[in-house]
Amino acid sequence: MAKMKKSSTRIDMTAMCDVSFLLLTFFVLTSTAKTPEVHPVDLPNSTKETKIPSSDIVTLTVDEDKVYFGLSGKDDKVDVLERMGKEYNIEFTKEEINKFTTMENFGVDIRELKQLLAKPVGELMKPENHTKGIPFQDSLNNQLSAWVKHSRESTWARKQDFVKVAIKGDAEEKFGTVNKVIQILQEQRQNRFYLVTGLRDSDF
Amino acid sequence: MAELNTDGGGGKGGKKVRSKKQNAGVDLTAMVDLAFLLITFFMLTTSLSKPQSMELTMPDKTKVDPIDKIPAKESKTMTILIGKDNSLKYYMGMFDDPYQGIGPTDSTYGKEGVRQVILQKMANLKAQGFVDKEGLLVLIKSTDEATYTNMIDILDEMAITGVKLYAINDMTDAEKEIMQ
Repeated sequence: MAKMKKSSTRIDMTAMCDVSFLLLTFFVLTSTAKTPEVHPVDLPNSTKETKIPSSDIVTLTVDEDKVYFGLSGKDDKVDVLERMGKEYNIEFTKEEINKFTTMENFGVDIRELKQLLAKPVGELMKPENHTKGIPFQDSLNNQLSAWVKHSRESTWARKQDFVKVAIKGDAEEKFGTVNKVIQILQEQRQNRFYLVTGLRDSDF
Repeated sequence: MAELNTDGGGGKGGKKVRSKKQNAGVDLTAMVDLAFLLITFFMLTTSLSKPQSMELTMPDKTKVDPIDKIPAKESKTMTILIGKDNSLKYYMGMFDDPYQGIGPTDSTYGKEGVRQVILQKMANLKAQGFVDKEGLLVLIKSTDEATYTNMIDILDEMAITGVKLYAINDMTDAEKEIMQ
């Protein structure tokens, strides 16, 4: 009788290892690090798949009757902050401007921005420093309008381009608040918006 | 697992020490495990953090040019009223004098509700030869108490059903009253 050949139970893992590391490298390189925001929101879902432009965009996060303002590029942040400083007679130092550019978005009164920027970089984005949002309900102190106006002027002056506005509303937010933000933008003839949503299929 | 150390300790006993044939295979199982774990992590996190968007263009408020006002037929104009607690009503034509005398009717969100209504109206108009921009015109009116999701849902219905003309309008007082 022929002897059963003892076959090795080991499998050569080299190829598998190669493939898996190739995939790993691909995902690491293609993924974009999720930048932290001062106030994360739950997005509503839609079937539309319009891509959001990544540059020259103002992101307005709306939640709990509060608005948070975000700018895309570093140069944009510097220029818009300088313009805002001029309007509200606040002089920002170089260090403060540098700290400002590290923030993805923010929700403070511009008159309290200096106090916020005095804090260490690690604490700037903490939600407890952004509890009030940008003032926009009062027509005499409509800083949201001012921020958007200066972003538009800044982009036009430097790049001859129109700034885009993305609205990131929380799914549970009252439409009244979102509508108010839209009205403020429309007063400046900013009539096009990107409503940021998650993705779903049409079977709902 | 200890394949690297399979040949140690031998070689004594007078015989000439020959360099033993090294076992070249390194156990890669752990490495593959780790690699796949990381792949899974990156796959899941990247696909979830890609937000999409919906473009919305509102009419210019400063324009007072009457030429822009297009008369719309009652049978073509559908008004969707969005209220609090996911309530939804629709009517055709004018509020005071609705088309065919059918006043604001209750409906629901999603494919079984308002989508069927919109598709039905579009099919009716298509039978009369009105399609695309000649077809259905939808006015969306929302109370302040409705949620943002409700508005997105209706705008999404516009995209799904392919309504070419739609606008977000302010509610009249009479409409606000029935949506309370």
